[in-house]
Amino acid sequence: MKIVVTVKLVPDTTADKRIDPATKRLVRTGETVLNPFDEYAIEAALQLKEKLGAETTVTVVTMAPERGKEVVRKALAMGADDALMLSDPGCEGSDVMGTAYALAGAIAKNGFDLVVCGTQSTDAITGELPGALAEFLGVPGLTYGRKFEIDGTTLRAERETDSGFLKVTTGLPAVVSVTKSINEPRYPSFKGIMAAKTKPTTTLSLADLGIEASAVGLGAAATVVVDSAERPARGEHAVVKDEGDGGKRIADFLVSRKLL
Amino acid sequence: MTARVTGASEFDYFLDDEHEALRSTVEEFARDAVAPRAAAMDASGEFPYDLVASMSKMGLFGLPFPEEYGGMGGDYFALCLAIEELARVDSSVAITLEAAVSLGAMPVFRFGTDEQRKEWLPQLTTGEAIGAFGLTEPDGGTDAGATRTRAVLDAGTWRIDGTKAFITNAGTTLTRLITVTAVTGAGEGGRKEISSVLVPVPSPGLSVATPYSKVGWHASDTREVSLAGVVVPEANLLGERGRGFANFLSILDEGRIAIAALAVGLAQGCVDESVKYASQRQAFGAAIGTYQAIQFKIADMAVRAHTARLAYHDAAARMLAGKPFKKQAAMAKLYASEIAVTNAREATQIHGGYGFMNEAPVARFWRDSKVLEIGEGTSEVQRMLIARELGLPGT
Repeated sequence: MKIVVTVKLVPDTTADKRIDPATKRLVRTGETVLNPFDEYAIEAALQLKEKLGAETTVTVVTMAPERGKEVVRKALAMGADDALMLSDPGCEGSDVMGTAYALAGAIAKNGFDLVVCGTQSTDAITGELPGALAEFLGVPGLTYGRKFEIDGTTLRAERETDSGFLKVTTGLPAVVSVTKSINEPRYPSFKGIMAAKTKPTTTLSLADLGIEASAVGLGAAATVVVDSAERPARGEHAVVKDEGDGGKRIADFLVSRKLL
Repeated sequence: MTARVTGASEFDYFLDDEHEALRSTVEEFARDAVAPRAAAMDASGEFPYDLVASMSKMGLFGLPFPEEYGGMGGDYFALCLAIEELARVDSSVAITLEAAVSLGAMPVFRFGTDEQRKEWLPQLTTGEAIGAFGLTEPDGGTDAGATRTRAVLDAGTWRIDGTKAFITNAGTTLTRLITVTAVTGAGEGGRKEISSVLVPVPSPGLSVATPYSKVGWHASDTREVSLAGVVVPEANLLGERGRGFANFLSILDEGRIAIAALAVGLAQGCVDESVKYASQRQAFGAAIGTYQAIQFKIADMAVRAHTARLAYHDAAARMLAGKPFKKQAAMAKLYASEIAVTNAREATQIHGGYGFMNEAPVARFWRDSKVLEIGEGTSEVQRMLIARELGLPGT
């Protein structure tokens, strides 16, 4: 079975994020890390591989500039078998649709039975990529999975919703995205770190995938950032002093603002 | 803007990709898994079995050992980097790893027979079991001649009697081995002949006391060990008979580099915490970090941590290159442990009253720092060694 995990390079989650006022795009020059949500996807894929046996392979795929190799290496150190890196200046500025389109090209070329994604990235936070990817790959997409299992070519998953969860079933191939409640991602072992050195990473260009430059990148983005502004300072607020009824008063306040 | 704290990465020109990947992995583990627990562990004194299990899975207990013995095939420098990153947030966890590797498993690896290595190393290098080393006694540490524990060979078995003090990792539920030094006869010139013997845990006659109430290192397991007629096979002699003390001293030479790494971690943790606090704490209408009195203190702390790091990296590099490193290891341990105490004192000062509260990380660092000038060779012993290496008369 071929499992593909999508991963993304994101700005260090402990650093402040900044938007360049001229380009309206996120400044990505600082320290970068593996998107924390993707670690759950990698872990889910590795656990599946451990269960299904050696016939199963886990390939990580990413769209990133050359320095994205760091991120790929961490995924390999955790235990993924190989990596595909779509590294092409033409991808720069892609929105979520362009990214999904390009990744779908890379995943289709590689071949897959199951694609596992994190729910979202910590930079753009759209959470739309898994759905878009399923659409472009023409397979079912089960998002927000808190649990899933494979039985032959049947995929059973529990999808988290605001009020509970849905039990859903589909056939493979498919795309799933997993939430943070699915597992506890492993830390790479030193042996894994050493092994990552010799695992293959294939760098692909848009041309390798037969994708025209006009289909991706900033020019092809369906969404446009019109404006950005600093988060305003915190305005009016109320302090609820607990005199035995604090919980009720907070609830009443939230209800009055239609937040509950 | 959030203050950015950088630690060992400032020095990464010296680290290859694998060492840097290991360092950043342990940094992440320390920050996300250990740091949030450190204050509670310090308060309860409970040995963190779950963290030790995580560290086992990461392969930290096997870092410097070959794969054939269950190790990770890394080197001693990798171990030091891991210890430094752990100690940046918690010394108890760091010393648990340091002692388990350098004192528990390393003597078996260095001096064990094939059989001894095969029996003990696979469990010790995977962290499935922990080993301890008993050298110090209630009435003698540095002074080998004061060793009172005796091991008598009779009909193919050693019968051991004595008491060992301040033994790290002696009483965890994972402890399976305590290697002890004991007088096994009279050597040349009436000197005591001292040998090392492997004592499996449990063994009849072997008992460990309740944990000591220590000033620091609260979540590290430290106990007194009593041996009353403990009998082990003759084959449990570790290394050559009569070389027990000398062998242990050579183990300590490299152990000093690891303790230096631990001290550097603590010293860096003091910098991390002080930068954070000085950026937030307001006084006289501005963050205290805007005042030079505080800036200079923190700058000096960072310089000390950095230079101590250079010293231990140098000692480790020499050791791995097969060059003499005894003097450099002693220098690194001496300097790093003393600046750790200084940094902890200054960090506590910067935190004011809050720094004197036990739950403040710097208060814990302050209490944890002092033992660094004592354990695995006191500062005085390091100076003696350095003086001897310099060829001074009377040494």
